[in-house]
Amino acid sequence: MPDRVAIVGVGHTQFRATSPGVSYKELMFEAATRAYADADIDPRRDIDSFVCCSEDITEGTSIFDEYVPDQIGAALRPVHTIGGDGLQGLAAAYMQILTGAFEVVAVEAHSKASNILTPHHILALALDPIFVRPLGAHPHFVAGLEMSRYLAQSGTSRQQCAHVVAKNRGNALFNDAAAYAADLEAEDVLESEPAFWPLSRLEISAPADGAVVVVLASETRAKALGVQPIWILGAGWCSDSSALDSRQWGIAAYARLAAEQAYRQAGISSPSREINFAEVDDTFSYKELQHLEALGVFRPGRAGVETEEGATQVDGKFPVNPSGGSLGVGHLAEANGLQKVVEVVSQLREEAGPRQIPDVKVGLAQSWRGVPTATGAVVILSRE
Amino acid sequence: MGLRRVAVVGAGMTKFMRRALETGRELSWQAASMALESCDLTLEDVDGVVIGTAPDTFDGVHMKGEYLSDGCGAWQKPVMRGYVGGGTGVFSPIQGWYHVASGLFDVVLVVGEEKMSSCHPHPQGAFLTIFDNMLERPLEPNLIWIFALEMQRYMEAHGLSKRDIALVSVKNKRNALDHPCAQVAEDISVEDVLNSEIMVWPVSRLDVSPVSDGAAALVLAAEHVAKRMTDKPVWIDGVGWHLDSAYWTNRDLYYPKYVEYAARMAYRMAGITEPRKQINVVEPYDPFSYKELHHLEGLLLCGKGEAAKLTADGVTQRNGDLPVCPSGGLMGVGNPIAASGVMKVAEIFWQLRGEAGKRQVPGKPITGLAQAWGDLMQVGTVVVLRI
Repeated sequence: MPDRVAIVGVGHTQFRATSPGVSYKELMFEAATRAYADADIDPRRDIDSFVCCSEDITEGTSIFDEYVPDQIGAALRPVHTIGGDGLQGLAAAYMQILTGAFEVVAVEAHSKASNILTPHHILALALDPIFVRPLGAHPHFVAGLEMSRYLAQSGTSRQQCAHVVAKNRGNALFNDAAAYAADLEAEDVLESEPAFWPLSRLEISAPADGAVVVVLASETRAKALGVQPIWILGAGWCSDSSALDSRQWGIAAYARLAAEQAYRQAGISSPSREINFAEVDDTFSYKELQHLEALGVFRPGRAGVETEEGATQVDGKFPVNPSGGSLGVGHLAEANGLQKVVEVVSQLREEAGPRQIPDVKVGLAQSWRGVPTATGAVVILSRE
Repeated sequence: MGLRRVAVVGAGMTKFMRRALETGRELSWQAASMALESCDLTLEDVDGVVIGTAPDTFDGVHMKGEYLSDGCGAWQKPVMRGYVGGGTGVFSPIQGWYHVASGLFDVVLVVGEEKMSSCHPHPQGAFLTIFDNMLERPLEPNLIWIFALEMQRYMEAHGLSKRDIALVSVKNKRNALDHPCAQVAEDISVEDVLNSEIMVWPVSRLDVSPVSDGAAALVLAAEHVAKRMTDKPVWIDGVGWHLDSAYWTNRDLYYPKYVEYAARMAYRMAGITEPRKQINVVEPYDPFSYKELHHLEGLLLCGKGEAAKLTADGVTQRNGDLPVCPSGGLMGVGNPIAASGVMKVAEIFWQLRGEAGKRQVPGKPITGLAQAWGDLMQVGTVVVLRI
C-alpha cells in the first residue's frame, strides 16, 4: 500500500424528525459546505472523486444518482453512487485513495425520511418478491423474529435490551444534533406498547432527516492540509445471505466477518483492549448487543449483562454510542454509518464537548443496512 | 505513478433475451459461474464481489443489490453495488479495478445483471420516475423523447441525415449475427431502418436497442495472481468516469463533454496520447444508433461530426481500420442495461485474447476500449484494456 488514508473533514446538518424548509439537495449542500470548510478545501479544485450513498426507491426517484453532483460541488467530475450504507461508501473512497490514483475523495449520504409517508411499504419491496413479500407482513417482523432468536440463543433479557434504549436516548441529551434525546428508564421502554414481539415501540429507532459528508485524503495530502488527521486503520464490509431462509439468525455473521476484515488490516487481535469505544448500529435495541458480540467487544451472551452494569455508558469501560446512536440521533437511512463516523472523529479530535470520553485513541464505527438485509460494515479510526 | 496492475482473467455471459424464465438471481449466477469456470476458479478463490444493476423499479425490488447478492456469489463476502445509471455496466469493472488496485483484494468477481421484463406494461415505465420531481416530471417526459432531442441536436449541428445514422444499426445488427448470445441480430438494410415506425422524431424503431433480460460477469485479479492463472491476462490500464450536472437542459446536447472528460482520465492513466492511433478496437455504448457516433467523438477517436463519415467509409466495420462494436453492441446483442456494459468489457477481453471466434477482428489488436453512458445524458464511464 502506497500510503495511509485519513479523514480530514466532516460536516453534517442537524438531525431532525422533519425538515420542512429544505430539500434533500439543500441538506446535502449544508453538510458538504461544512465538511469542506472543516478540511479547508475547495471541492472544485481539491477533490478528485466523490462517492454518494442512496437507494432509488427510498428517494422516490429512479436512477437517483443523476441528482447528486451539483449541490456537493461535483458536477462534471468523477462521481458515483453506492447502493449501500455510508460506511460502504467510505470503504469505496478508502480503496480509491489506496490505489494511488486519487488523493482526496468525499463521501456523502443523507436521509429525507420525512418525505416518505409509508416507509414500511418501501421496505416491503426489499423482501423476496416471490417467497416472502406475498405474506403481506410489515417488514419489521424480521427484526422481531431475529430478536427472539438472539434472546434465546444468547440468554439476553428484554430488560437488558431496554437499557440500551435508555442509555442511547440519554446520551443524545448531550448531542445538540440529535432528534430524539430523552430521559428514560428501562421500565419506560418495556412498558411502551408491543410492536413486533418481543420489540416494543421504544426499541425501534425513529426516522430522522439529515445529511453527512466526510472527506478522506492520502497521508501526503492530509499532512499538507494542516488539519488534524484521523487515520483509517481498517475497513471491512460483508453480506450474509439476503434470503431469510438461508441466513444465520441468532448472530450477526455479517458484522463478525466485516470486523475480521477490518481488524486484519488494522492489526487488531483483542478488540476490547485495543479499541477504546464504538458507535455501533442500534436500529433496534437488541442490535447494539448482538453487534457488540459479533464485533468481539464482548463474549457471546455478555453484552446485555455489561450494558446493564454500565460498561457501555459514556463513563463506562467501553462506551458505546456516545452520540446517542440511531435510537437517540434518529435513523438516517444510508447516512447512519457516516453519522457514526462523525461521532468517532469528534471523540478522537476531543471535540465532543459534554459527551467527550477522556483519553480515547482508537474508535470503531459499525453499520447495518436494516431489515431485511444481512449487510454491514466496520471502520477502525485512530488518532495516531 | 506505480499503480498496482489489475487484469481481467475470465468472462462469461448469459443469452440476452426479451423475457428470461430465470429470476435475476439465477441469471446472475449463470454469468458468474461461467466467468469463474472460464479461468478455472471457484467461489472460494473470490475475495470480494461487485454488483452492477440499474434501476430497482425494473424489478420492483428495493435494495436490488442485496436481493441479487446470493446469486452473484457474494454469500458472506464483501460485496458492494456501485451505480451510475446506464453507465453502470462499464463502471462495475472500474469498481472492481479499485478493489484490486487498492491492495485489499486479489480476486474480485464483477457481475452485471438486468431483468427488465418484470416491468409491466413496459420498462419505459420505470423511466417516468427518473426526471426532476418538480421541474420535469409534471411534463411526463419519457426517455425516448429526450434522446430524440439529443439526436435531433446532433444531426442539426453536423448536418447529418437519418440515413447517415441508420448505418450504425445495420452494422451492429449484422455483427451480432456472429454472437451466440444476441437477441436482435439481423441482416437489414438502411431502408429497413428508415422505413421502421417513427417512435419520436427522428428516432425510428430500428434506431433503438431492445428491452432485455441478461447477465454478464468478469473475474479481475491482481498482477501476481493473474500471471499464475492465465498466460493471457488482459490488463485494465486506464479507467475514467465523469458525471455532469443534473440540469441536462442547460447542456448543449450536440457533444458529450462528460464522455470526453472520462476518456481523458482513462487515457492519462493508460498513457494514451493519440487515441485514434493507439486504440485498436472499441466498444462504445450504442443504446441508440446515433449514440455510437456521438460517443466515438467524445472518446476523441475522431473529430466532432466526423463519426458518420468513418461509418460510411467502412472504417468502423469489423474488418475496418477501427472496428467499432464488433460484438454487435446493444443494437444487436441487446440491452440488459448493467449487463450490456459488462458485455462490452468482456467483448474487448475476448478480442484482445483472440478468442472472439467469428467476431474476431483482424490484426491482433493489443489495446481496446469499452465505454458506457447514462443518467440524464450525463455520465461517461471508460475502461482501456491491453494485452
